[in-house]
Amino acid sequence: MEELLQSIIGESWILYVLLAAPPLVFILVYALVTVWTEMKVSAHMQDRLAYMYTGPHGVLQPLADILKLLQKEDTVPAAADKPLFIMAPYLVFIGTYAGFAALPFSSAYIGSDINLGAFYIIAVSSIVVVGLLMAGWASNNKWSIFGAMRSAAQIVSYEIPTALALLVAVMITGSLNLQDVIRFQEGGILNWVVFGGPLPVVQKLLLLPFTLTAFLIMFIAGVAEVNRTPFDLPEAESELVQGYNTEYSGMKFAIFYLAEYANMYLVSGVAACLFLGGWSSPFGDFMSGPLWGVFWIVVKGYFFVFLQIWIRWTLPRLRVDQLMYTSWKVLIPFLFACLFGVGLILVL
Amino acid sequence: MTAQEIYDNLKAKFGDAVGEARLDALQPWIAISETRTREICQFLRDEPAFAFDYLSCLSGVDYADGKLGVVYHLFSMIHRHKIVLRTMCTREHPHIQSVSAVWGTANWHEREAYDMFGIVFDEHPDLRRILCGDDYPGYPLRKDFKVPEFYNGMKVPY
Amino acid sequence: MKESRTLPTDYVSSPERTSSGRTLRTDEMILNMGPQHPSTHGVLRLELVVDGEIIVDVIPHIGYLHRCFEKHAEHMTNYQQVIPYADRMDYLSSMCNDWAYALAVEKLLKLEIPERVQYIRLIMAELQRIASHLIAVGTYAIDMGAFTPFLWCFRDRERILDLFEMTCGARLLYNYIWVGGVSHDLPPRFVEKAKDFCRDFRKTLKEVHDVLTYNEIFIKRTANVGVLPKDVAINYACSGPMLRGSGVDWDLRRDDPYGIYDRFEWAVQIGKGEAGTVGDCWDRYMVRMREMEESTKLIEQAVASIPEGNVQSAIPKRIRPEAGEVYVRSESPRGELGFYVISDGTASPYRVKARAPAFVNLSVLPEISRGAMVADLVAIAGSVDIVLGEVDR
Repeated sequence: MEELLQSIIGESWILYVLLAAPPLVFILVYALVTVWTEMKVSAHMQDRLAYMYTGPHGVLQPLADILKLLQKEDTVPAAADKPLFIMAPYLVFIGTYAGFAALPFSSAYIGSDINLGAFYIIAVSSIVVVGLLMAGWASNNKWSIFGAMRSAAQIVSYEIPTALALLVAVMITGSLNLQDVIRFQEGGILNWVVFGGPLPVVQKLLLLPFTLTAFLIMFIAGVAEVNRTPFDLPEAESELVQGYNTEYSGMKFAIFYLAEYANMYLVSGVAACLFLGGWSSPFGDFMSGPLWGVFWIVVKGYFFVFLQIWIRWTLPRLRVDQLMYTSWKVLIPFLFACLFGVGLILVL
Repeated sequence: MTAQEIYDNLKAKFGDAVGEARLDALQPWIAISETRTREICQFLRDEPAFAFDYLSCLSGVDYADGKLGVVYHLFSMIHRHKIVLRTMCTREHPHIQSVSAVWGTANWHEREAYDMFGIVFDEHPDLRRILCGDDYPGYPLRKDFKVPEFYNGMKVPY
Repeated sequence: MKESRTLPTDYVSSPERTSSGRTLRTDEMILNMGPQHPSTHGVLRLELVVDGEIIVDVIPHIGYLHRCFEKHAEHMTNYQQVIPYADRMDYLSSMCNDWAYALAVEKLLKLEIPERVQYIRLIMAELQRIASHLIAVGTYAIDMGAFTPFLWCFRDRERILDLFEMTCGARLLYNYIWVGGVSHDLPPRFVEKAKDFCRDFRKTLKEVHDVLTYNEIFIKRTANVGVLPKDVAINYACSGPMLRGSGVDWDLRRDDPYGIYDRFEWAVQIGKGEAGTVGDCWDRYMVRMREMEESTKLIEQAVASIPEGNVQSAIPKRIRPEAGEVYVRSESPRGELGFYVISDGTASPYRVKARAPAFVNLSVLPEISRGAMVADLVAIAGSVDIVLGEVDR
């Protein structure tokens, strides 16, 4: 895609803007669809109908929500730290959006083909922590600080299981570049890393428990990264009145909201790329190709987003120290065992 | 234990601190002195034959003859018997000894009686108004209470 | 040891002192779970002194919903006129408030209550108990972050409110149980609908048990949290599920009887510490869940054997009790609801004091939450099940 565009436009800054635009467009459209999905899934789980009047079955409701948020009064608390307060939501969004740069949407399109793709995504999505701390501090509200502190501790702690699970996948596929990882898994569902990768059957069977565990932990750590229930204590509505979000309204709140949904897709997308074959079709050659690739990665990513929504409306939330305990004393030891096992099997 | 037995026992132990009693009323009550309530209640709670470990209710009352009083409804979980105690104090010197050291629940009940009637409980650990605003003038449940015309600059409607 | 202060001088908290006069150490902070907060279940202000996330002290401030019930009652020209005010005290269990007040006045008057009225009162009180516990459980779940059981509980509560609306026209504040009888007789299809409700309700209870009660995360949040020892509970005169959750086998419907509870088969549920310690939040929650089942049994038995009769035959035309006083207590969903009524021989009450269970249960909150974390306080406050209308009257 880069070559195609370059041949049309030539080497100019418009080229780079056009290359960076698709993920943004995707995020905006995807956010509208996810708002609708969340609304409907939660409603049907709770034995009620959600919006039925704005369009058939409420399909225009997300649009109405966005319009409402855009025209809301943008309040800034009088005693708040203005520059930090205004910058915080944009920083959170930038951290997430930057991660989309290395997420391959098809064999022909990737925002930026870096050799360290997976590592880059993990690293740059930590900017979100800075944004959250800024939001909590600048709000000049003790409850916001509580939420921000908890959130920072949580995200930093759950980076480690994410990175270790990523390492398991990388050990099997041999590269950090996400396009290479996906090409390694091409050829059908049995070649996916979560089922052991395209290796001889004996090795696959031995690897199976480790890869399944690593995938599961990656998903759990991803949910924690996004601050979704059961890990949503930082923005626990019933305790902190929205936590770091409390003082935000209107456009800035919309940006936080958007960043949260984008982050949900990012962790789902990364998990799908590393473990479930990314844009490669599960049927091998049938339904594969550059455009089908987009379809497959969107479907796989969206399935995990749906799973996150499902879990949110089912489970209660963990307390902050239980959250930390889970990360450090449960997930990380399991991952160490996985790493050890996978390494042993690959060497032998 | 019947009310008569409780009354006899108390009279024997505390003498003058135990006043009159109405044992044939619907719910028999015993009057006790307002300066020795804690002692008497402690005895009633700790003595195994009585074991009044449950203070059901502590109410302030404004009696028609210008006196303020407090009524205690005691109950024993072990023996399942009840008794009602009553103390009185005057409007000029509204002091009654607190029993919050005996039953933890008396703490909030006494704060309410102070708030509503102005009865000051001696030895209470934290006697502040509990329901009305901290700077509210007057004691609302007294019979001679007049609703203030203005409160903090706001006109009181009725 | 604090010296006693009878005349308070300072009411506002500052960075160095709480509003009750306690001075702070440098690593402590005052955090206000202010009157407006999603999980204080009403306008309750909890002033927390925290050291990081650990709570060092809790000072509850109430009175935001004080509506002078007792003063109003003294100015009524008729004892029956107090009933709507009693409704509004604990607005989530109005039937039980009405019944408690009616019991007190009926004892003063020494009235005989007809059989049909007794049955109707029991059915209404037990339906109300289920409705109140559904809210307690639903809001407790939502405090813990489980959003779904809340809506399932409210869906079933709607059916109970439909039953109430059929009978007396109101969904929340009924003015139904009057001194001497009830205001309206049961409508024709009430019994059938009540039976349908009981049958369907058991399914919902099972659903909530599946999603919430034995959920690992819920147990972790509520077991061993806010443990209330037996002797502290009795000393602080806790009652209802708070007392039973601590293992004390005490229920006013059985132990200080009123109404016709002794004719039916039902059991008193107490906490046994199955998930952690006896007297923790999980026990109190479980006592409420099991009580809902017992109430269902009571309703089924009562509607099966309800006799005919005139429900308004014993309502006195003029209520003028002889001078005297009485304290009568009944088991409301929150605990021991007592009314202390003093009559001076006229048609107007001289003094009506409402002993509200939520008021008394709330006073034990500081004792059981020292050393807990802020997130635990939400669990503990939810398990006390307060309704501010009753706390403040």
